[in-house]
Amino acid sequence: MTRKISFLSVFLVLWVSLYTNLEVLTDFVINSIFHLGKNSPLTSAVHFFIFEVPKVLLLLTLIVFVVGIVRSYFSPERTRKILGGKKLFVGNVLSSMLGIVTPFCSCSAIPLFLGFVESGIPLGVTFSFLIAAPMINEIAVVLLFGLFGWKVALIYIVTGLSIAIVSGYIIGRLKLERHVEEWVYKIQVHHVAAEETKVSYSERIDAGIDAVKEIVAKVWMYIVVGIAVGAAVHGYVPENFMASLMGKSVWWSVPVSVLIGIPMYSNAAGIIPVVQALLEKGASLGTVLAFMMSVIGLSFPETIILRKVLKLPLIFIFVGIVGTGIVMVGYLFNLIY
Amino acid sequence: MTIKVLGSGCANCRTLEQRTIEAMKLLNINAPIEKVTDFQQIASYGVMRTPSLVIDNRVVVQGHVPTVDQIQEILKQEVV
Repeated sequence: MTRKISFLSVFLVLWVSLYTNLEVLTDFVINSIFHLGKNSPLTSAVHFFIFEVPKVLLLLTLIVFVVGIVRSYFSPERTRKILGGKKLFVGNVLSSMLGIVTPFCSCSAIPLFLGFVESGIPLGVTFSFLIAAPMINEIAVVLLFGLFGWKVALIYIVTGLSIAIVSGYIIGRLKLERHVEEWVYKIQVHHVAAEETKVSYSERIDAGIDAVKEIVAKVWMYIVVGIAVGAAVHGYVPENFMASLMGKSVWWSVPVSVLIGIPMYSNAAGIIPVVQALLEKGASLGTVLAFMMSVIGLSFPETIILRKVLKLPLIFIFVGIVGTGIVMVGYLFNLIY
Repeated sequence: MTIKVLGSGCANCRTLEQRTIEAMKLLNINAPIEKVTDFQQIASYGVMRTPSLVIDNRVVVQGHVPTVDQIQEILKQEVV
């Protein structure tokens, strides 16, 4: 344990010194190693890339570590216990918030859905969880914080939560249980899963380190490619180019962005750097936010997975309600900003 | 002894299966490994996270892929 703590302290000192000196380091690379001239599109693109890639990777490492530790306090089993017997609305609010902190992977979406339904958690409350969990993930929050600042990150979390709560509540109110495949309600649990064992602090730190290894290994490529595309847009696309396509005055930009975003499949790491560059070139925040949410929160592969337990009408209602929520968020922010 | 790997064929499930095979070889345990991919059956074990490892109808791993060493420890405990 003491070894782990000293290792973490060294890591933290290194982290802070790197993070606070990134600007200096980037300038050094640009001027002394690449000898790039001032104010050319190439310089601007390369600068963007060299500065943003390490910055985002540093932020990702730290936040994924912290989230990994936080998540070691939660499990789907525990979340299910907390949600048991909660009424609609209160249940939806709790469920959406637990969706953020409970470890979740879309490959486990079906077992989780079955586990929730089987223990009597209402359909609407289950949906709040399934909407919040993929939409508000640590990778999205890190990238938004790193590339847009804390305000946009916070807006994303709050509006994402609201969409999950309201959509789940509506689905619950519509009484759509008949559109769930019949076999789901016939499942009988024959075996009881092992009781949770007590987890030590040392194991929680390990959980954080494991999370960093797993997630960084999985998304670093997306981040590099995403930032490279973002850098190209940053350097070469003329100012205000996006204003006529994704600008505030274009009334159809929000719904069209959402319609394009739903079938698109990318994780947050790939899409956010691109989206940030678009914003810089005159796209409006609401439109960009809506596009991003529909790409991350409503993914085609996940709806296909859900088709195994949900009949088609419920799939359409689910995508329709969440999509409408995202469009409303888009318009709201175009109105405010 | 019956050993089952629960999971719908994602990459993690295959890794868990391979590591279990390896751990069993190292311990000289001879038992068939059954892959359970049907969600109805997976749910009947009460698990909400895949991949899972089930030994003699007891769920011993849920939602993560342990190392070969860790699987060996689990197998030793279950055999005794």
